[in-house]
Amino acid sequence: MQPTTEQKLWMYETMVVSRRYEEAIAAAYMEGKSPVFNMANGPVPGEMHLSNGQEPCAVGVCAHLNPEDSVTATHRPHHQAIAKGVNLKRMTSEIFGKANGLGGGRGGHMHLFDPDVNFTCSGIIGQGLGPAVGAALSQKMQNKPGIAVAYLGEGAANQGAFHESLNLAAVWKLPVVFVIEDNSWGISVSKKKSTAIERNYLRAAGYGMPGKFVPGNDPIEIFKAAGEAIAHARAGNGPTLLELETSRLAGHFIGDAEGYRPEGEKKALEANDPIPKFRQQLIDDSVASESEMGKIDASAQSRVDEAIAHARASDDPAPEDALSSIFA
Amino acid sequence: MSNVKERKLTIAKAMAESVAQYMRKDEKVFVMGEDIGVLGGVYGNTRGLIEEFGEERVRDTPISETAFIGAAVGAAQNGMRPIVELMFVDFFGVCFDQIYNNMAKNIYFSGGNVKVPMVLMTSTGGGYSDGAQHSQCVYGTFAHLPGMKVVAPSNAYDAKGLMNAAIRDDSPVVYMYHKGLQGMGWLGTERGATVDTPEEYYEVEIGKAAVVREGSDVTIVGLGMGVHHGLKAAEMLAEQGVSAEVVDLRSLVPLDRDTIRASVAKTGRLIVVDEDYQSFGVSGEVIASVVEHDISVLKAAPQRVAYPDVPIPFARIMEQFCLPNAEKIVAAYNGIAV
Repeated sequence: MQPTTEQKLWMYETMVVSRRYEEAIAAAYMEGKSPVFNMANGPVPGEMHLSNGQEPCAVGVCAHLNPEDSVTATHRPHHQAIAKGVNLKRMTSEIFGKANGLGGGRGGHMHLFDPDVNFTCSGIIGQGLGPAVGAALSQKMQNKPGIAVAYLGEGAANQGAFHESLNLAAVWKLPVVFVIEDNSWGISVSKKKSTAIERNYLRAAGYGMPGKFVPGNDPIEIFKAAGEAIAHARAGNGPTLLELETSRLAGHFIGDAEGYRPEGEKKALEANDPIPKFRQQLIDDSVASESEMGKIDASAQSRVDEAIAHARASDDPAPEDALSSIFA
Repeated sequence: MSNVKERKLTIAKAMAESVAQYMRKDEKVFVMGEDIGVLGGVYGNTRGLIEEFGEERVRDTPISETAFIGAAVGAAQNGMRPIVELMFVDFFGVCFDQIYNNMAKNIYFSGGNVKVPMVLMTSTGGGYSDGAQHSQCVYGTFAHLPGMKVVAPSNAYDAKGLMNAAIRDDSPVVYMYHKGLQGMGWLGTERGATVDTPEEYYEVEIGKAAVVREGSDVTIVGLGMGVHHGLKAAEMLAEQGVSAEVVDLRSLVPLDRDTIRASVAKTGRLIVVDEDYQSFGVSGEVIASVVEHDISVLKAAPQRVAYPDVPIPFARIMEQFCLPNAEKIVAAYNGIAV
C-alpha cells in the first residue's frame, strides 16, 4: 500500500506544522522562565512534553483515519493531535489556558479533547489503551465503520494496562491498532534497562494478534504498515500491534538536562531528523519541486503563527470557571 | 389498601429489571463485567439479561478491570451507555486509575464537551466473615473525588429508581449496592430491603435523600444497610418514648445537605450510621454539613456509629463487634439524651 502524491504531501506538510508548532510552543513556554527556570511562570506554565522527531508516527498512521475513527493520545500528544485534525486554534488556546480552549483551560497540554474528531488524551502511561478498546467496541456494537488507534510509548508496554487491553481487544476481535512510538527512553531510563525483550512487537504473539516492527522513523514505511493494520481492523479481523522506531529529539520535558543520554546520541539523532530527510526524498522522487516545498513550509509556518496569535489574543477564563463542568 | 396487590422485589431483581427495561428501549445500553452473563451476576443483579439480550450486549469479561472499565469510559465517550460491574468494591485497587483519573475527570478536562454516560455498579459491605478484601464499603473513597455521582440504595424501590436515573445520566454514576440487602439467601438478607416495586419506569432523583421515618427527638442518618439499623433503633427508642427520625441518604454525590439540615433543625440531635471507616469519611461529612451551617440547632454533640478504623476482621465474633447495629445507635442516643 503506497501513499498517493496527495497523501505524501499531506504527511510532509503535517510533519512540518507539527515541528514548527513545537518550536513555537517551546519559545512561548520559555517566556518568563529565564534566568530562573520555574515551571509555574510564563504564558504556558506546567510540564511541556514536545514531540520533535516523532512526527512520522503521527502522520503515517493518521493519514488513514477519518473523523469517526478514535485516537487516544499520550502525555506527548501534539503531533498526534495535529495529524488527527484537532482544531489547532482551540488546542493552542487550551495549552495557553484560555477560556476558548478545547476544555476552557481545565485540561492543559496533556488533556486535549476534541469530540469533533474523536480525539482524547491522557497524562498517565498506558491509560488510553482501555478507552481505545471501548471506542472500538462502541463502533462495532453500533455497526459503524470507525476504528480506534491507541498511541503509547515503549515504556507503556511494561504497564499492566497494556497486557489487559491487548488481551481484551483480541478476545473480542475489536478494530483497534496499538501503536508504540519507541523513542527508546522512559524519561531517563533506557529501554534496555526496562524491557526484557528487545522488540515489543513480538509481544503481539502472546495475544494472538499480528505484530509488526517498522524501523527507521520513515513516514512512508509507517504509512504502509499502518495501512495494513487499519485495513485488517476495518475488515473485522481484529487488532494489531505496531512498533515504530522513532527518536525523541527533545528532552522528556522542557527543562530536562538530558544528562542520561550517551555522548553523541543526540547529534546522531539530529543528523537523522526525519523532516529534512523526507523533504529531500520527495524532491528526489519528483513528488514536488524545491519551490513547491518552500510554499508548503511557509504555509505550515503561517498556520502555526495564526494559532499562537489566536491563543495569545484570547481571554483568560474567569477564576470561578474552575467550579463548573464537573458533570455533563 | 388490602385490595392493592403488592409487587415485592429484592434489590437484585429490581436492578436486573431496571437494566432489562432500559436495554429494551435503548440499544446503546449494554452490560459488561466479571460473571454478569451466564452466571447472572454473583449477586443476582444481572440475572436473565444474557438470555434476553445475548452475548453481544451482556458481556462476560476477562479478569481485567483496568481494561474493561477503561473500555467502558471509551465506549461512553463514543456514544454508548455502558453499565460495568466491579464485582467487589474492594477490587478498586487494580483499576482505580481508570476510575479516578479517566472516568471522573474527562468531562472536566473537556470543559463539558465530552459526556461519559456510564454506570459503575459495585457490591459493598460485610457481615458474613469474608475478610478485609471482600467486605468493605469505602463509600468515602468514591464520594471524595469530584466527578463521579455516587448512589447507594437501601431498598428495591430506590434500587430500581436510582438505576434508571443512573443509566439516563450523562455523567458517570457509581452505583454501590450492599451485599446484605440483595436478597441472596446465602449472604443473609435484611428483609426490609425487599419492598413493593412498580413494574413501570420511574426514577429516584440522584442527590435527593428520603425521610423514611418521621420523628422529633433525634435524627438518624444512614445509607444502605445503615438505614435498616436506624429503623430498628427507632423502634427500640420508641419503646423508651423517644421519637427518632430516620434519613436515608440514597445518594452521597450530590449529598442532600438540605434534608439533613432540615431534619436536625427539627430534632436537635444527630447520629450518623456508616458501615465505612469512621475517620475522614461519610459520617464526618454529614456532621460537617450541619455544624458548618448552623451549630445552634444542636442540643447535643453529634454522634457516629461507624466502622472503627481497622481492617475488617475475619472471625465472626470480631467482625460483628465492629459492625454498626441498632443497639449501638440506641446507646449513642442514650449517651446524649439528657
